[in-house]
Amino acid sequence: MNVLIKNGNAVIGDAFEPADIYIEGSKIVKIGKNIDCAADREIDASGKIVLPGFVDMHCHLRDPGQEYKEDIASGSAAALRGGFTSVACMPNTVPPVDNAALVKYVRTRAAEVDRAKVFPIGCITKGQQGKEMAEMGFMQEAGAVAFSDDGRPVSNANIMRLALEYAAGRNALIISHCEDKDLAGDGVANEGLNATVSGLKGITRAAEECMVARDIVLAETLGARVHIAHVSTKGSVELVRQAKARGVLVTCETCPHYFAATDDEILNYNTNAKINPPLRTQADVDAIVQGLQDGTIDAIATDHAPHHADEKNREFQAAPFGTSGFETAFSLAYTYLVETDKIDIVKLSKLMSGNPARILGLPTGELKEGACADITVIDPEKSYTVDSAKFVSKGKNSLFHGWKVKGAVVAVVVDGHEKEIKSYD
Amino acid sequence: MLKRKDLLGLKDVTTEEMEEILSTAREMRKILDQNVKKTPHLQGKNIVNLFYENSTRTRTSFESAAKIMSANAINISASASSVTKGETLIDTGKTLDALLTDVVVIRHSMSGAPHLLAKNVRASVINAGDGMNEHPTQALLDIFTMQEKFGDLKGLKAVIAGDVKHSRVARSNIWGLRKLGADVTVCAPKTLLPMGIEDMDVSVSTDLDDCIEGANVVMGLRLQLERQQAGLFPGAAEYNCYYGINAARLNRADSDAILLHPGPINRGLELSSETADGEQSYILRQVTNGLAIRMALLFLLTRAKGKEQDRK
Repeated sequence: MNVLIKNGNAVIGDAFEPADIYIEGSKIVKIGKNIDCAADREIDASGKIVLPGFVDMHCHLRDPGQEYKEDIASGSAAALRGGFTSVACMPNTVPPVDNAALVKYVRTRAAEVDRAKVFPIGCITKGQQGKEMAEMGFMQEAGAVAFSDDGRPVSNANIMRLALEYAAGRNALIISHCEDKDLAGDGVANEGLNATVSGLKGITRAAEECMVARDIVLAETLGARVHIAHVSTKGSVELVRQAKARGVLVTCETCPHYFAATDDEILNYNTNAKINPPLRTQADVDAIVQGLQDGTIDAIATDHAPHHADEKNREFQAAPFGTSGFETAFSLAYTYLVETDKIDIVKLSKLMSGNPARILGLPTGELKEGACADITVIDPEKSYTVDSAKFVSKGKNSLFHGWKVKGAVVAVVVDGHEKEIKSYD
Repeated sequence: MLKRKDLLGLKDVTTEEMEEILSTAREMRKILDQNVKKTPHLQGKNIVNLFYENSTRTRTSFESAAKIMSANAINISASASSVTKGETLIDTGKTLDALLTDVVVIRHSMSGAPHLLAKNVRASVINAGDGMNEHPTQALLDIFTMQEKFGDLKGLKAVIAGDVKHSRVARSNIWGLRKLGADVTVCAPKTLLPMGIEDMDVSVSTDLDDCIEGANVVMGLRLQLERQQAGLFPGAAEYNCYYGINAARLNRADSDAILLHPGPINRGLELSSETADGEQSYILRQVTNGLAIRMALLFLLTRAKGKEQDRK
């Protein structure tokens, strides 16, 4: 099957220019102006932006065990609708993905449903208990692309040290969920005025930053690599910035809700605004944007956290943390970063494709001849109102329901095959 | 005229609405001074006290207020554990709706629970205390008591001392008192003050001897001893030494100052018995005034609702 994407403006390397893309089988064969050759399928990208398919390095597909929230089929379809051709899913399932057999299950199931490509992340510790190292080697051989106890921290600094050291020896990536549980306590919102006037227990920013500082020091001491998940505070951005300047092998990601929203969203006890780490203040949002601009933050990940409506439709304190993220991520990034001239489309493309692919070592994330044909086409002029009821994801728990955004995914190609996606109309 | 369906907090109540509630309560207060304490205002109305947290005085006060006004009052106590195990709050609320409840008075350990209930039921909802958020009827009765003594509250100096961090009473009083023009100082050890409180338009102090100087109203807050186990302060003796309200401290306040406390009191911890039972103590008066406030609210909310139904 041959596919020709014509008349679009594409991000090729550091350039944003008119380019046609010709695909044969699963590969991009030719990129150039005015390519005229017969193709089985032609996608007219006039007025559209052609980007390397997005890579989400942090999502929750809830499969196995919590299929009532999401499963690999619904999750990877929702990913496609959001323009993600590859997603890396966190292992805090039931049971947790802490062994090679479960890694294989996720890969096999994803191949069966054949939507977005799914790359499993394995646990750092057995059962995510933070006590004994999980079989990272076996999981790596089975296809795990990174290791994380995401959802909870590795609280014991020595266990983290040993995991970083062991992983470094296998060139494996550790992704750290930075949260000091003693400091976070049973808080449910960012500590500050908004939590105080709502009577909600606060989570101090120190709960995140102490752990970011610890993991940076560990990585620095060992000469090991570490990736910091869901950075949300000004202080964390500064810690990573300084570490990078010293040459520490640290990378980090943030999520759309940390640059598009503040903790003002909790004031009406909207449980979809209950997220961990919590939504912060405008000063943090500004720092996150600056971190994206200057390269301190390497990637935009979704932390797609689908939950059942019944779980969110209750008391704020009793509702689970997280917002559904796949189907709003690009539009939010485009609306809040590109339309506002904070970053350009080339930079956004790197944050959503090239960088996360490079950090995870995935053979995707760039438009170039010979590369695998993972491509996302955007309509930059399309404005719409987010309607979570129309989500493909089972998780309708979107903080952004009812928000007006601009920039919509209109076509997605995975390994040379155009996928059907639900329109945003 | 009060048009709202619910009373969830003083945060979102206007000064005019507050004044209407308070002036209605003054009328109700007269009924309480009669020999026969009975009025027909709420005849045929169903009032449910839905309490997910223990309470003696607030629940009894609402029940009593409803009965004085001839309503049917029903009490439901749900233990905190049934919240997580059993029926959801929304389902409970819809069941109460189906039982033709006019007003649900809810107390809940989780902030925002009354708001969730109010959004999902037809009945009026009165917040009788939610988590650390608000306890609006308590603040209204505090304000009523202050007005009884001082009249206009503009420029009045009120000191709220104690566990401000975990106190819904403090928050509701801050909202209410600031709207009426009183100056509010909150006083506690740093660990019992919530982050950002200084942006709520109040003065913040950690020195009670200093900030009590010249105060017109001194309000003590209940200190739960579990807070010590959580490491928030070193112990009862040290707390009492720095933050306990005793005769010597109260003497530093204005000579005409009144002492308030939402109860129940920890004698010898946040209040000395001498002050709790002293001449400046208005604590029992607060309790009686609470009846008037709750009668006024039940009356105003059911009346507003009746009108709304008439329109349909």
